[in-house]
Order: sequence, then structure tokens, then C-alpha cells
Amino acid sequence: MSELLLPPEHRYAEIMKNKLNEDGSELSILNLGPTHPATHGIFQNVLLMDGEKILDAEPTIGYIHRAFEKIAENRPFYQITPLTDRMNYCSSPINNMGWWMTLEKLLDIEVPKRVQYLRVIAMELARITDHIICNSILGVDTGAYTGFLYVFQFREKVYEIYEEICGARLTTNMGRLGGFERDWSPKAFELLEVFLKDFPVAWKEFENLFERNRIFIDRTVNVGPITAEMAMAYGFTGPNLRAAGVDYDVRVAHPYSSYEDFDFIVPVGKSGDTYDRFCVRNAEVWESLSIIRQALDKMPEGNVFHADVPEYYLPPKEDVYNDMESLIYHFKIVMGEIPVPVAEVYHAVEGGNGELGFYLVTDGSRTPYRLHFRRPCFIYYQAYPEMIKGAMLSDAIVILSSLNVIAGELDA
Amino acid sequence: MSLETTQIQDKLVETFGESVFHFNQEKDIFSFEIAADKITAVILFLKNDPTLRFNFLTDLCGIHYPDNVLERQFAVVYHMHNWYENKRIKIKAFINGENPEIKTLTTIFPCANWMERETWDFYGINFIGHPQLKRILNMDEMVSFPMRKEFPLEDGGRTDKDDRFFGRTQSNK
Repeated sequence: MSELLLPPEHRYAEIMKNKLNEDGSELSILNLGPTHPATHGIFQNVLLMDGEKILDAEPTIGYIHRAFEKIAENRPFYQITPLTDRMNYCSSPINNMGWWMTLEKLLDIEVPKRVQYLRVIAMELARITDHIICNSILGVDTGAYTGFLYVFQFREKVYEIYEEICGARLTTNMGRLGGFERDWSPKAFELLEVFLKDFPVAWKEFENLFERNRIFIDRTVNVGPITAEMAMAYGFTGPNLRAAGVDYDVRVAHPYSSYEDFDFIVPVGKSGDTYDRFCVRNAEVWESLSIIRQALDKMPEGNVFHADVPEYYLPPKEDVYNDMESLIYHFKIVMGEIPVPVAEVYHAVEGGNGELGFYLVTDGSRTPYRLHFRRPCFIYYQAYPEMIKGAMLSDAIVILSSLNVIAGELDA
Repeated sequence: MSLETTQIQDKLVETFGESVFHFNQEKDIFSFEIAADKITAVILFLKNDPTLRFNFLTDLCGIHYPDNVLERQFAVVYHMHNWYENKRIKIKAFINGENPEIKTLTTIFPCANWMERETWDFYGINFIGHPQLKRILNMDEMVSFPMRKEFPLEDGGRTDKDDRFFGRTQSNK
């Protein structure tokens, strides 16, 4: 059968020809994906297997490639946030904020402290949802469904907060150049307080269910380990790198949006296996909660929600009708006629999965000349075949899940 | 004692002379250009030199400049990061527009593998020595390189949209 599934020039075809092992057993080819329910996304892996053991894997990606970089070269700057939403759709606010901060770096815009703190809250909420998804789905893949259902309702609670802030839930398109499109409503802060009260209880319980669970430990300890050297060579960043014991975090290395004002630790693991990745993400959720609390406590008084940059920030509608200057700015911004210097900037934020970078080249026109997204998933997923070699098929699923590879970010 | 940009510049000029040039500080990133044929030597030097220690290849991507002279129509951009001193640099290597090729970095940084495949996929830049240089995000049957500037975003035959009234051209300088 297997011969039929492989084109003759495939590098496994030669191996399959001499497929008899010494003891008479056969090697086999298994297509894991593209649309397998256990991979949570569209990834294909052609696995070369000996019984249930994986000898080699060849990943194919690009099934949901949407040419964001090409589209971005043809869109005015403010129309690019919706594209960033759709990269890591589990934590879109981080992507949105990352993009606005890139533009602000390009235009040298100083953002008020209150806006920076609000952004930090939005980004940390996004990190929490990202980690909720990754860790609870890892539970599902090891056979523990309850924990997933239990914490997943809190993702819904976060989405309700997003809805209050920007009106959208999953693909948020949050914020504007220089701040937010409107001030956060009292309802948003109310929901946030409720979340900060209820979620830690549930998350503690979730942790208790897993961290010392015999079955979970058996399934994850020493599964898919990666050394710190390997992880760095393969371009790992974020929780997956920190699980291997390297304490690199963009929030600490290059603080943006006033992260230097907050007190938090960067949790690191040791062996870089699935269990460590799980624990690092768990610990990061606690740190995120603490950052949100600190941001709320330190929030400056007032109701400033955007920087004072009339050339780039849409004026309120009533001013557009009654005020000449506002009308001009409104027209220019909507038509994308905003002045932009000729420059190259690189800005990185700590996304849910690692260093999310925006490399922007402008030529003074209305659109980026070149915009490249440094997507953490895309870069570390290439280590996946190396990580699953010698593992069982069921381990491959768990490793994929613990790496938190998001198809949208992988393919851009 | 943090790593100063002048230190990086002096070290590089001392070792590679004319092959490294156009040093400048762009916002928060120190950038320079290098001659494309020296790419592996420079990157290896930056990685292994005991004072420079640029241990991490953050990003690698291509840019197309169709309006430049033939020798400078493509650029490959490398972002490197020294985690010990927390210093970023950006390196640009311009290459020929007709037959764009440059040496691969996969032997120095395994993570360059897919990034170079992506660059090949979208710009048709040939990375000499790459172990498996084939398309990654687009389908294998594709013949063009879609991120080149001459490749249109939309089907030219579309009649339902008149972009003239919306300024939706690539450049309206």
C-alpha cells in the first residue's frame, strides 16, 4: 500500500523499497494530517515508522498560507492590523499591539503611560488565553478532558472583556495608532475584576489536577526533550525555549510598553521536555495575572486613551462635521495619506509562543515597502521532526500540542 | 561593560576591511551592509568571536528592489542578537537581480533552513549549499516568485473594482 502513497522521487521511497528489517518486520509510511483532529490545525507530517516508533518525519506546511506579507505591501498602514489578528489567533491583541508599537517606533510617537498600561493588560490577558488553550489541549491529548472544559470557560470570560474593549472577540483588531479607539468602559474593568477573582481559583485547581498526576507525568516527562543548545540553534523563543532553561524573554530584554515598571519573574524549566513546557506556561499565567494586578493598581488617573497625534489618530466624529482641521485629518487618514518617513524598523514583542517580530521597510509612500513577520511558530516548528524521532506516535501528538504550533502563525 | 557599536564596527572593519560598509544606527538597531560573497565568513565571525558573541539568528528575509542597478536588485536581511549583552544588529547583503544567489547559513544556524526556504519560495533567491531548497508555503507546481514587485496582488482582469478612485496603487509618492 505504502508505495502508492509516495511519489517515486520522495526520499522515503528508496527506504521503503528495502523495507524488510532483519527480523522480517516492515517499515510503514503514515500520513499524519493535514486535517487530523489530534493535530489541532492543518499540519501534514509524513511519518516513516517502524511499528509504532517514528524513524523520521517530513512536515509539509502552507495549507492556510494567505500571503499576508504581499497583501500588506498593498494596504495603508492602519489596514494591516486585521492581518496580524489572523496570525496567532489565540492571542490576537499581542499581535495588534506589536504592530502599533512598530509603527509608533517608526514615527517616534510617545504613548501616554495610561495607554501603555492598558496595552499591557490586554496583552497579558491574551497571553493567558493562549496558555489556557495550549495547556488544556495538552490535557485533552493525554486523555484528560475535564480540565479543558473547566478552564475553557475563562477564555470566554476574557473574550467578553475584549468585546467590551474593542467589540470583537477572536480577531480583535484592537487599538489604533497611538492608543485605543475609545476609552475602556467601566464594564470592562468590572469584568476584569471578576476575572481576576474567579480565574486563579480555577487555574489552581487545573494545576492540581495535572502537575502531580501520575498518568500525566508518565505521558509527558522526558517526552520530546530539547537541550538549550539545540533550542537556540533551532531559533526557539518564548515558553518553549524557557522550558529548556534559557531565560530569554523580550519583555525583559527589550522592555516595550512600560514592562520595566512591573515586577515579575521569568519562569524557566530544565530539561525542555513536554512536562517542563507545561509547567513554564502554567507559571507564566500566574505572572501574567500578577502583572495585570500591578497595572491596575499603578494605573495613572485620568481618561487618556490615545496619544495626541492628530495626523495619525482619527478625530471624533462630531469634530469631523464641525471642525475644518479635523475634517482634513479625517480625510487624509481614511485615504491613507499620512506622512511616513523613509526608514527601516524592527520591533519585537513577546507573543504567546515567543519573539514576534515586525520588520518594516518604508519608502515614504502610503503602504509598507516590505513587511516581514518573524513568526515564532514558523521558526521553531522546523525542529519538530528532530524532536519526534524515536518517539511513539502518541508522543508525537503530545509534543506537537505542547509546542503550541498555531497554523495561522505558521503559514501567515 | 556593554558591547558598544563602535567596538563591533572596529572589529569587523579590522577583519573584513572593504567587505563591510555603510554602518549606521537605524532607530534602536545597529545596521551595516556586507558584500554577499563574504556572508558565511562574517556571520561565523560574529557568532564565534569571544567579544561579539551574536549567538542567535533572529530573522532572515528577502527584499526586492527592482528600481536599483542590476547588482543590487535583491537584498537578504539578517537580524542577529547577542543575548549575553542584549544587542541586536541588522545585516544587509545586496545581490544580483538576474541570478540572485548567496551562500546558505544552514551549517551555522539550523534555524536558517526554513527561513531560507521561505525566501527562495517568495523571491527566488538561490541559497547555495542549502540541503533542501524547495518551496515551503506555496505549492510545488508554482513557477513564479510571488513577493517580487512585478507580481500583481490581484488578477489583472478584474473589472468589478476601479482602484483609481481609492488611491489603491502601490505607491502614490
